[in-house]
Formats: sequence, C-alpha cells, structure tokens
Amino acid sequence: MRALLKMVKVEGTLFLRDSATVIFGVLFPTGLLLGLGAIPALREPSPETGGLRDIDIWAPTALVFGMVMIAVQHVPAVIATYRERGILRRLSTTPAHPRGVLLAQMIVALASVVVSAALMTFLAWAVLDIAPPERPLEFVVAFVVGYAALLGLGMVSAAVVRTSSAANQLGTLLFVALMFFGGAFLPRVVMPDVLREVGEFIPPGLQALTAAWSVEAGQITATAGGQPFWPQIAVMAGIAVTASAVAAKLFRWE
Amino acid sequence: MTALEVRNLHKRYGQHVAVDDVSFTVEKGEIFGIIGPNGAGKTTTVESIAGLRTPDSGSLSVLGLDPTKDRAEVRERLGVQLQESSFPDAIKVAEALELHSSFYRNPADWRELMELLGLTEKRDTQYKALSGGQKQRLSIALALVGNPEVAILDELTTGLDPQARRDTWSLIERVRDTGVTILLVTHFMDEAERLSDRIAVINGGRVAAVDTPAGLIARSSGARQVRFRVSQPLDRSVLTDLPDVTDVEITEGRWLVTGRGQLLSSVAGALARARVVAEDLRVDQRNLDDAFVAFTGRAPESPGNSTRRVG
Repeated sequence: MRALLKMVKVEGTLFLRDSATVIFGVLFPTGLLLGLGAIPALREPSPETGGLRDIDIWAPTALVFGMVMIAVQHVPAVIATYRERGILRRLSTTPAHPRGVLLAQMIVALASVVVSAALMTFLAWAVLDIAPPERPLEFVVAFVVGYAALLGLGMVSAAVVRTSSAANQLGTLLFVALMFFGGAFLPRVVMPDVLREVGEFIPPGLQALTAAWSVEAGQITATAGGQPFWPQIAVMAGIAVTASAVAAKLFRWE
Repeated sequence: MTALEVRNLHKRYGQHVAVDDVSFTVEKGEIFGIIGPNGAGKTTTVESIAGLRTPDSGSLSVLGLDPTKDRAEVRERLGVQLQESSFPDAIKVAEALELHSSFYRNPADWRELMELLGLTEKRDTQYKALSGGQKQRLSIALALVGNPEVAILDELTTGLDPQARRDTWSLIERVRDTGVTILLVTHFMDEAERLSDRIAVINGGRVAAVDTPAGLIARSSGARQVRFRVSQPLDRSVLTDLPDVTDVEITEGRWLVTGRGQLLSSVAGALARARVVAEDLRVDQRNLDDAFVAFTGRAPESPGNSTRRVG
C-alpha cells in the first residue's frame, strides 16, 4: 500500500512535468469551450432547441475531448514506453509488481480528468453561464463509468502495441474515431439518427453525459429509437469490464 | 553457506538454445564473476536467477529459495542491476531512490546510498539529463536500495570512463565487505580479475571452467616467455640445455626464451652460473585475457569498446 501511494505520487509528479499532456488533456477542453463560447452565433438562444444555445448542447463534447485524450492517447503511450524501455521489467525484479505502476497510471489518469472536468464545468458556468450538471449523481456515474470504458480501450491498446510509436499511432486513430462519436467533427444534435444510436455504444457515452448535465439538451440530442439513461450506463460498464479483461489477458510485461 | 546454486540450467527460445547446461555455486560473501563471449548465455543465466525467465529444465536456488515459486521472498533479498534497463525520463534521482526504497521491507538508507555513489549533487536532476556514468551509478544504487543479501550486477561498468570504473570497483568491494554476495557479469577481463573471488567462464551455453582468477590463468597457460639482453657473450646451449626451455631466439642481441614450468627461475639460475647479467629482463605476464582465449577460443572485447550488448 505504501509502495502504491508512493507510485501514485511519483506518477502524478511525472504527469505534471509532461507539459504537453497537461495542456492538451487538462487545460485544452476548457479553452476549447471558452473559445467557441466567444463566438456570438453559438451563444444565441435558438427557438428550434427550446431556447437553448448551441454552446449549451455542445459543452459535453469538450468534456469528452479531455477524457479521450488522457485515456487513449496519454496512458497507452506512457505504458508502451515503460515496456519498451525495460522499466516494467526492471520493476518486476523488485517486490513491487509492475501491476502497481499500471494501477498508479490509471489513478493519475482518473484524477487528471476529474480536475479537467471540474475546471471546465466551473468556468463554463462562471463565464458562459452554462448551468452546472442538473442531475449531479447521474452525471458522476456517467462520467466515471464512461471513463472506465475509455480507459479499458486505452489498456487494450497499451496491451497490444509493441512500441511507443505504435501506441501513438493507434492512440491517434482511436482518438479520431471516438471523437467523431463524441461530436467533435459533427455535433451530435445534427448527426443522423443511426449515428446517434450507434454513438450510445461508443465510450465514454456522450448522450448519457449530455442528458445528466442538462435534461433539455439531452432530450434534443436523443433519438426516438435510442436507449434510456441507465441502459446506456450498463453498456459502458459492460465495455469497461470486457475491455479490462481483454487487456489483462493480452498484456505483455516486456 | 551457499548463496546461489545453479544446477543443469537449460533455456531455449524456440529453436535457439540460449543456455545449454550451466551449473555453479556461489558462496555467501563472495564476488563471483561470469565471463564469456557475447551470446554465450550469461544474461539468460542471470535473468533466470533473477526470476525474469523460467528455465526449461534444471534447478535454481537463491538463498535456499526457488526464484519461480518464492518470487516475493527472493525479490526482497536479491538486488538486480540489469543490462539495458532504464527509468522514466522525467524522474529525479532522489525520487527514484525514495520510490524504490518504499518497495522493500528493510530498505537501506537511500540518502546514504546516494552519497556513497556520488549522486547527492544530482539529487534533483531528471533521469534524462544524467550522463551515462551517472545513470549507471543510479542503477547500481537502486539495485542496493533494498539492502539485498545477494546482488546481481550485469555489465556493471559498461559505458563508464576509466576513473569512474575504478571508483565503481572500489564501491563494489566496499559493498562486499558489508557481507553482500555479488554475482558480476562482465566482458571486461580486468574487471573480472580485479573483483572476483571466483569466475565462471561460460561458452556456448555451458560452463567451460570455474576457478579463482589466478587458477584460471594457471590452468590456461601453455608456453611462457622470458626476454632480456646480455652484457657479455653467451653460448646458446647454456639455455637450450635447460629442461624447461623449448626454444631460444636471438635477434640483434635480444634474447627470447620460450619454455614451460618454472621458466624464469631456470633461466635466471643458468645465467647466474654463467656469470652473465641479464639486462632489461621481461617476463610475459599472462592474464585473464589469455585464459579467456584458452577457454573460449575467442578474444575478449577490449575495454575501449563500450557498446551495450545482449550477452
């Protein structure tokens, strides 16, 4: 336990020294939202969306951006580097199992997205007047379970790649795919129904996050054939468990 | 007391036999060297002892424990400095030492170790900014931070400059003086000769010889040679008649006598009886390099070649 706490502390310190990840993973989502919020047209209440502004409906996408960045880009790259450079192997000659360093990585990755999300929801409220999550409990559940599903995918990626450069390539590919369903290229609200319905099965689950943040926005982005909130959460939990099991099965320590 | 026991170790990777049949025993408090050409199976042998590889057959014992079955206990008591191991770029020296000391039940004082290895002034330097020698010293410190009873040091001074190598040698001798058993893998003959109490020569996945450095040299030596100049004329037969002498060559006043056994005392005695003074007398000193060649049929790598290799 003492060793794990020390590892979390050291991995956290190393994370903070990696300025690119801190900027893109933690600070950028807030910057992106504030930047888009500076465009007047996106702050106009629209009668078609029941008086909601585009920025209100789109805000959860910025949140997803930070989560995906850390879970599928940053974490697998660090783990692949640790494997490639014999750091995991070196650890396995000590009483600390290299499992500890993976766990520490995941704890740090969770802490960093929590900070990122807290910063974003606070500034979204303070600067853009986007109300804090209306259903806080559901929001926390959707966030944690959705993130667990993302990290599961990240760990599968870390398990199968051989080198850190392969981890970066696969990470970028996953990032683009996940962010497509995360509404970064095409806002969810304008996606065809079929894409929206598929999107409910894509981590971290944008629809559940949107619905928990703002009930009205959730109604606008939902489709007639879509799943209710809790089944969406169950899907994410299933993905988290399955992906973690696959990652654990495929993981190579050297 | 036996610290390490390796019996008929055999390990293959697919078709490639990395270790064919290796056996040796290391006593407590010993510095035991392993030398051999690249690809001889040295690294696979020590990785098996460290529990990183599971042998295909044979048995291993570390302080009476099995590295595969008693993993946890072996890891507490065995310190390992691996060839080709590294640490995260941004970790600082003091952080790495403090972190690793937290893994062990009874760790050494990591600040003291940092001082002993001359890393105190680098305590806040990130790993990526350390020189090769400093990285190596950090790696040694981390192998010792758990207060191990046995330490495996693989290619201890590869990449170090000559002064740093000598400093590291005296450090290892001090560590041994505290009772730590050391298994030293090296391809530097001077290092093996200077530090080891006993040496195993591994060649082609088998142990070619195990002995003290002096014993290996003595066992390997065939012909010996003595060179000198003489102050007065001397008849060749004075030396060729000696039973230990096999050949005498004279080139421009320089005598080169080849023979065996107690060649130097035979030659010196004969010269004294002939009342001839030998000047510029030199005896070809045989060393571990010669033993290496004799047991492996290959020349050891020169210490100037500091590239890292998998052995």
